[in-house]
Amino acid sequence: MSGANDPYDPKQVAALSPEALDAAVEQAREAFAKAADLDELAAVKPGHLGDRSPILLARREIGALPPAAKAQAGKRVNEAQNAVKLAFEERRARLQAERDERVLRKESVDVTLPWDRVPRGARHPISTLAERIADVFVAMGYEVAEGPELETEWFNFDALNFGKDHPARTMQDTFYVAPADSGLVLRTHTSPVQARTLLDRDLPVYVVCPGRTFRTDELDATHTPVFHQVEGLAVDKGLTMAHLKGTLDAFARAMFGEDSKTRLRPSFFPFTEPSAEVDVWFPEKKGGAGWVEWGGCGMVNPNVLRNCGVDPDVYSGFAFGMGLERTLQFRNGLPDMRDMVEGDVRFTQPFGTEA
Amino acid sequence: MRIPVTWLVENLEFAETPTPDQLAEAFVRIGIEVEDVHELDSVTGPLVAGRVVEIEELTEFKKPIRYCQVEVGPDQVNGIVCGASNFQEGDTVVVALPGAVLPGDFTISARKTYGKTSNGMICSARELGLGDDHAGIMVLPSGTAQPGDDAIELLGLGDTVIEVAPTPDRGYAFSVRGLAREIACAFDVPYRDPGLAEVPEGEGEVLPVRIEDSSACSRFVARRVSGVDPTAPTPWWMRRRLMLAGIRSISLPVDVTNYVMLELGQPLHAFDAQSVQGGLVVRRAVAGEKLTTLDEQVRALDPDDIVIADDSGVISLAGVMGGASTEVGATSSDILLEAANWDPASIARTVRRHKLPSEAAKRFERTVDPALAPVALERAARLLDMFGDGSIKPGRTDVGTPVLPAPVTMPINLPDRVAGVRYARGVSARRLGQIGCQVEVTTGDDGATMVTAVPPTWRADLTQPADLVEEVLRLEGYDTIPSTLPPAPAGRGLTEQQRRRRTVSRALAEDGFVEVKPFPFVAPSVFDALGLPADDVRRNTVSVLNPLESDKHALATTLVPGLLETVQRNLARGQKDLAVYTIAQVTLPRTQQAPVPDVGVGERPSDAQVASLLAALPQQPVHVAAVLAGHREHAGWWGKGRQADWADAVQAARLVGQAYGVELTVVASDLAPWHPGRCAELRVGDWPVGHAGELHPKVVEALGLPKRTVAMELDLDALPLTDNRPAPIVSAYPPVLLDVAVVVPVEVPAEQVARVLRGGGGALLEDIRLFDVYTGDQVGEGKRSLAYSLRFRAPDRTLTVEEATAARDAAVAAAAERFGAVLRG
Repeated sequence: MSGANDPYDPKQVAALSPEALDAAVEQAREAFAKAADLDELAAVKPGHLGDRSPILLARREIGALPPAAKAQAGKRVNEAQNAVKLAFEERRARLQAERDERVLRKESVDVTLPWDRVPRGARHPISTLAERIADVFVAMGYEVAEGPELETEWFNFDALNFGKDHPARTMQDTFYVAPADSGLVLRTHTSPVQARTLLDRDLPVYVVCPGRTFRTDELDATHTPVFHQVEGLAVDKGLTMAHLKGTLDAFARAMFGEDSKTRLRPSFFPFTEPSAEVDVWFPEKKGGAGWVEWGGCGMVNPNVLRNCGVDPDVYSGFAFGMGLERTLQFRNGLPDMRDMVEGDVRFTQPFGTEA
Repeated sequence: MRIPVTWLVENLEFAETPTPDQLAEAFVRIGIEVEDVHELDSVTGPLVAGRVVEIEELTEFKKPIRYCQVEVGPDQVNGIVCGASNFQEGDTVVVALPGAVLPGDFTISARKTYGKTSNGMICSARELGLGDDHAGIMVLPSGTAQPGDDAIELLGLGDTVIEVAPTPDRGYAFSVRGLAREIACAFDVPYRDPGLAEVPEGEGEVLPVRIEDSSACSRFVARRVSGVDPTAPTPWWMRRRLMLAGIRSISLPVDVTNYVMLELGQPLHAFDAQSVQGGLVVRRAVAGEKLTTLDEQVRALDPDDIVIADDSGVISLAGVMGGASTEVGATSSDILLEAANWDPASIARTVRRHKLPSEAAKRFERTVDPALAPVALERAARLLDMFGDGSIKPGRTDVGTPVLPAPVTMPINLPDRVAGVRYARGVSARRLGQIGCQVEVTTGDDGATMVTAVPPTWRADLTQPADLVEEVLRLEGYDTIPSTLPPAPAGRGLTEQQRRRRTVSRALAEDGFVEVKPFPFVAPSVFDALGLPADDVRRNTVSVLNPLESDKHALATTLVPGLLETVQRNLARGQKDLAVYTIAQVTLPRTQQAPVPDVGVGERPSDAQVASLLAALPQQPVHVAAVLAGHREHAGWWGKGRQADWADAVQAARLVGQAYGVELTVVASDLAPWHPGRCAELRVGDWPVGHAGELHPKVVEALGLPKRTVAMELDLDALPLTDNRPAPIVSAYPPVLLDVAVVVPVEVPAEQVARVLRGGGGALLEDIRLFDVYTGDQVGEGKRSLAYSLRFRAPDRTLTVEEATAARDAAVAAAAERFGAVLRG
């Protein structure tokens, strides 16, 4: 063993030979590789990187070398030491990763365990359907209009060209409120919003009105006294029945797919003339694609326009209306309308927040 | 209305008669709804006319049985067993011989029954698929057929019945006459209209008739046929048509009036002329008057009812039902026939008032052709003359002023403009002519071509250009109208309010609430169950006059009762953990409810009239309400569940506020149906907008709800649409976190302490959060400790602990000054 100030002793220089250094590096690698875990690795570390390790001992010999040999020997020792450090770090990283992995494995859980800690909420499908329809029309430039459910007879009937003795005005069909001559009804359709819109807004108007409506039908599988309609009204210069048809076709496609379309059959409503029933081609109809009765429509009766201060010689308009319960019933194949009104959460939950 | 095809096409000149399905399709295409097409069930094999030669009554069985000898062909008599007894020896009947197959695949064969061999079956109308009349064997009028004649042809069993439901504006279409014209238009074929038949001049009056109330009756026509054989049978062809139309044969005079009604659309009434005393008066009933109608019911008449009276008093409820005293009976031979035009609205009211719907009233309600009465009477009189061997008296009474349709003028291209179609030249005039209008085309001084149509007498529904337009469009076919989208207008999208309501609904659903839609009808007794004081404003409801459930006649002033009922229903069906919500209008009567003004039509109501219409309505704000019962969080493998409590209800309300973009403040309150110590009032500023909390235990008990059921309700319309346009500046400097616990009197709300601390902490206090509430010995009686985490931060520099501590001390000082708060060591 020689100190830095020891005189030159060529016999000891063997430690600096490339062979010796390579052997030291190789031994270190083997030792590190044999270490099975981080503790073992830490235990063998001093033997190869510590002060007494062969490479560190070899470095001490450099001082004794002739100046000409010093640089070369120093370079060799550095390379050897770096190689050992690298081998150590690589092994340590590997062992550390293995240890972390083991720890996390131990923490593993059954990720298929159910999580229904917070009960699932849902929106009523009639609400989401109404919004979806509104969105279809908003995309066509319409606005969403609203009106009260308890309505004056004037808006619900008179303005819409129902004669004073029209049978729809009887208590067989319409809910009236006290006192007997109150002149107030629970609106039987969303059409009073037509009159409100025309009185309230500047022309032209393009509005859609989803809302709750009332008729004195007993609750059964296909009727409910409280139901929802969506009403559309457009009043502008030059509107035609072709525009009505085009609008209904676009509506049908938005609701029932690109293959859907509508068919008009002549009919009668006091507030439209000409009037039509709307059938929709429903590709997913039970038992095969076919026509389904969907709603009513027509060109706004000039009397309605006059009642609302619109000159029928200048403006024309179209209107249409559909029942939402009925639409939902055939679209989803729901057998019983009562489920839509009874509020059983098992009915509503599967609809989630969008339908 | 049911109509056999053979009758429908009787007066149409088809080159080739369309099939029943083609006819039905045509009806639908032009706007006559088809409810059904009944093809008469096919009968195959030997079905023949037979004459009953001899009847042997078999009495040894439980019910009367007959063994009949029936002549079913030349020199052929079959013995046939029959269970009916409405026929006599000599009658002509229909016999299905062995080998015949009746509707329902019912094969007839010779068989032994009741101890006899039955060689065939004597048939009823129903067994032959001719109608629902199962009253007995079908007996054909004598002379209709000879024994052995083929009955399949005789009965017209190859026919089809189309059942149509015309819209109420088309009164004319409730007749073969009107429907045939529709078919003529649909197929462009010539039509001979029996309603336009010439009527001979009457010689004088048949009896004096006076119309006292011209609003009740615009025309009254009478004709008399005497010497009618009361035993004369109705001819088979007429009975068959009535049967297929669903009307039972009664007697020749009654059958004739029904037949003419179906054929022409004019209801007729037959009086026994001998029972009529003196002349007739048409008037409204006098209060207190009574009439025994044909159905033997004594009816108290209303002053709005239209009646026909003779010297004895009221003898008929006009247009609805005749009286018993002048009924045509089994011996009547002198028949007074009446046809009139009654006020449709009055008839409709009388029908409803007396609950007496009838085929006649159905037509009067929809307006009957004012020119038709004499034609129909003539037709009926001749049928009675022909088949009842009567003689038509020369006189005819015809009083009143028929109301005829007025001419309607429109630009000739209006149909094109409304449809968005360029129709071929001349289409409008041709179509209007086809439906019976007299059409004149003129060119005005301005060069515009106009068409003037005088509607036919049966088209009172054609009163304005739009009505003419519809006729042209429907006959040309709605299917020829193209599909064109109008140019899109510049819409403004959903309103702020609409968007926020959607957000509220979504937020609640995402938070675990299920939306339900209870009806707005509540029983006022629920307010007792909810413990509302007698003078509670929510008891002030609008009441429905004709509710479906008599006790539930009030319109909801609060959404909570409807939700609680929904919860009850779910509980009954086994769902125990419930969180439901609803968003709906409530109806709140005003203190001084203004009456609805009388506003006319024909022009825009004045602004004042519109305002008073709107003011006459109760307020109907949109509310949101939620109810939670059972667990808010379920128990599971993760551990215990958590019972819903008052805080969940308050949190639901806060959630609504957040979704609406409004910070709600919470103050303690005491309002039924909530628990007096667990009720929060939600406010926007100082303005109360709703309540939340645990329901009163008595309410929970009264309604059978789970313990500690909680609820909240907010007036959504009372939440302001604040302009939520924040511009936050986020400081990147580190915060200083300090905790502070203050001891305050227990009744001081945490909300207020936090607010005062926040104020005292000043601009450097970024956030304050309550993390512990403690009551107990360490803080003393009547006190509690509230522990807050305070986060201080400066926008422009790293805050020093000294600065933060100073700010904290200021916050505590503010609380000390306000509530006597003491810093807890």
